[in-house]
Amino acid sequence: MEVGLKMGFEETELRLGLPGGGDGGEVVRKRGFSETVDLKLKLSSKQGSSGIDPNEEKMTGLTKEKNLLLSATDPAKPPAKAQVVGWPPVRSFRKNILATATQKSSSDESGGEKAAFVKVSMDGAPYLRKVDLRMYTSYHQLSDALAKMFSSFTIGNCGSQGVKDFMNESKLMDLLNSSDYVPTYEDKDGDWMLVGDVPWEMFVESCKRLRIMKGTEAIGLAPKAVEKCKKRG
Amino acid sequence: MMNYFPDEVLEHVFDFITCHKDRNSVSLVCKSWHRIERYSRRRVFIGNCYSISPERLIARFPGVKSLTLKGKPHFADFNLVPYDWGGFVYPWIKVLAETGIGLEELRLKRMVVSDESLELISKTFVNFQSLVLVSCDGFSADGLAAIAANCRFLRELDLQENEVDDHRGHWLSCFPESCTSLVSLNFACLKGEVNLGALERLVSRSPNLKSLRLNRSVPLDTLQKLLMRAPQLVDLGIGSYVHDPSSEASNKLKHAIQRCKSIMSLSGFLEVAPRCMSAIYPICGNLTTLNLSYAPGIHGNKLTKLIQHCRKLQRLWILDCIGDKGLGVVASTCKELQELRVFPSDPFGAGNDAVTEEGLVLVSAGCPKLNSLLYFCQQMTNAALITVAKNCPNFIRFRLCILDPVRPDPVTNQPLDEGFGAIVQSCKRLKRLSLSGLLTDQVFLYIGMYAEQLEMLSIAFAADSDKGMLYVLNGCKKLRKLEIRDCPFGNAALLEDVGKYETMRSLWMSSCEVTLGGCKTVAEMMPSLNVEIINESDQTEFNLDDGQKVDKMYLYRTLVGHRKDAPESVWIL
Repeated sequence: MEVGLKMGFEETELRLGLPGGGDGGEVVRKRGFSETVDLKLKLSSKQGSSGIDPNEEKMTGLTKEKNLLLSATDPAKPPAKAQVVGWPPVRSFRKNILATATQKSSSDESGGEKAAFVKVSMDGAPYLRKVDLRMYTSYHQLSDALAKMFSSFTIGNCGSQGVKDFMNESKLMDLLNSSDYVPTYEDKDGDWMLVGDVPWEMFVESCKRLRIMKGTEAIGLAPKAVEKCKKRG
Repeated sequence: MMNYFPDEVLEHVFDFITCHKDRNSVSLVCKSWHRIERYSRRRVFIGNCYSISPERLIARFPGVKSLTLKGKPHFADFNLVPYDWGGFVYPWIKVLAETGIGLEELRLKRMVVSDESLELISKTFVNFQSLVLVSCDGFSADGLAAIAANCRFLRELDLQENEVDDHRGHWLSCFPESCTSLVSLNFACLKGEVNLGALERLVSRSPNLKSLRLNRSVPLDTLQKLLMRAPQLVDLGIGSYVHDPSSEASNKLKHAIQRCKSIMSLSGFLEVAPRCMSAIYPICGNLTTLNLSYAPGIHGNKLTKLIQHCRKLQRLWILDCIGDKGLGVVASTCKELQELRVFPSDPFGAGNDAVTEEGLVLVSAGCPKLNSLLYFCQQMTNAALITVAKNCPNFIRFRLCILDPVRPDPVTNQPLDEGFGAIVQSCKRLKRLSLSGLLTDQVFLYIGMYAEQLEMLSIAFAADSDKGMLYVLNGCKKLRKLEIRDCPFGNAALLEDVGKYETMRSLWMSSCEVTLGGCKTVAEMMPSLNVEIINESDQTEFNLDDGQKVDKMYLYRTLVGHRKDAPESVWIL
């Protein structure tokens, strides 16, 4: 459902000042890797820690039973990994280091880890772009890169701000109700999902293409926790 | 008899008592001992920065020279605490500066350290010698620059796992030429580049340097130069370790490493080409500490070959990509092993090489001196834990983390109550325990019955009822820290014996069944406790109904009442 002309620029791969590698462009932040776990259960970008999600308690209760069932009846299949905040109990610092190190060393050894190029379209832009998701180690880096890439196409809608703030719940609601832009992606199953729900690594594995769509069109993709916000509002 | 000795003699005797717990005991004997101990106390340890104020610290110990402070609760490490919760060191520095304390050493853990604080330290305390920051945040390279530039007698700058904004790498150049006193320099956690020339010159003029831990930006040729200048090193942290084993650079490095006959502790390898590990073999025989937990690049037989050279190892930190077989190599090689930590190389999913109960059993059989364990694994069985308990009755710290938090024994499908029960029954000196896996109230009955020396207990996704918590609170007389998440413990357990909390440092409960009303009751009954409710959802949604379950509660004993620096998300009852 791309809007606008496709001018075949994919081959030229114009890049506007993107970070030159996972490490060089890495923003030094308090919370990187673990934040992606938190995104599943909480949307405030201010803190990296968990918030009250009425679904969380239910989920962990369900998880207990789910895991019991799986372990009991199907020992061959590894139990489903619940995206629980703060589990396993590994310091964020350590998680971040391992994320970067694994990415770097695997690309060193295998002579370039299989790049994960995906097309990026933006509603209203005249042509598509392509990004290599393995160039980044976090949603934050990706959103910075997308903002730079498409900044010339957003006329007065503060596109870059909109993309960055998609993690903030109240801003998300503003975005969804306004004409600002929201990044979405098509996953392996062909479903269109809101960017930011799953851990970064999982996202890279499953993302087939990106689409930056108008906020009003993205309503149906909002994560569960936002539903309660809508009901309240 | 001791009363007839002049104060100076007693003071001299007390000098030999360095452990703070012993000094605390000494101060309780009688008034004169209390007085003498007070004035002669140089090192003070404060496990919770909100339990006392800097003014009262100085009033009691006017001669304090070394201060250790801890801030945020332990679960802050796992993102369960808001980043702005608290733990600011600046108020402490300000008061110490204003009262003319001659601070020489500051050790901080989980505290917020601003550049302002670091600058104030560097400009106020003339004899400042040692700064150790562990898991802190809030500062940048500018603060480090101030320390480097102004602390003329700096001996130790030790940065462990801090989140530092170090995009400006100039701080190393700020050590003046006159600074020759460094004994320990650890900047492994910094992400940015440093001035390599400045680093080389600094190391060259530091003849007492014993510990040097580099970050990943320090390349191989610099490492080689540094080792040539500092063959007296005892502790080395390698940043980048990538080279072609057949190259000239590699030969030079081998030569430099071999000169370092005193290295007993090795860590880092933040960037590594595993085929170069053989250059390290010459020093492996002396190693007592090896930390490869940040080096996922070293695995498989490269890793096991390396370990086979380390026969004197006492402390080993590795990633689970070592596998059970690799742990078997550890078991047959490292007979002196006391501490083992196995971290998950993939914190989000089940790695293919993750370890299981087999690896742990092998290590317990081969390493009878094992007394400290942190083990992240795929699965655990009761039989394995019972065997481990029999093989290693000396555990002081036993922390087991099964990656799937409620996994039962995969062989019997039973909870792991019996396994952990065996551990607490056998290990009579156990001070710290972390549980995981499927657990019922029964394991807590065992803990309450047998874990007499237990001081810290971490519980997650366990128990069936309030009884679990009650067994622990009633049984563990020496309990100091209890942290619980996602357990069905409610007000009945919380309120059974509120006086107990005054004997402990702190209690953390998150995603349990305690309600606002229950927390309020504790606060009312115990004015000597701060009861904090942490609520990060939209404020207008927070229901003030006493029946509402509290998401996170953190309570701790304090002598100074409610703190004034809590953010909006923290409500002190």
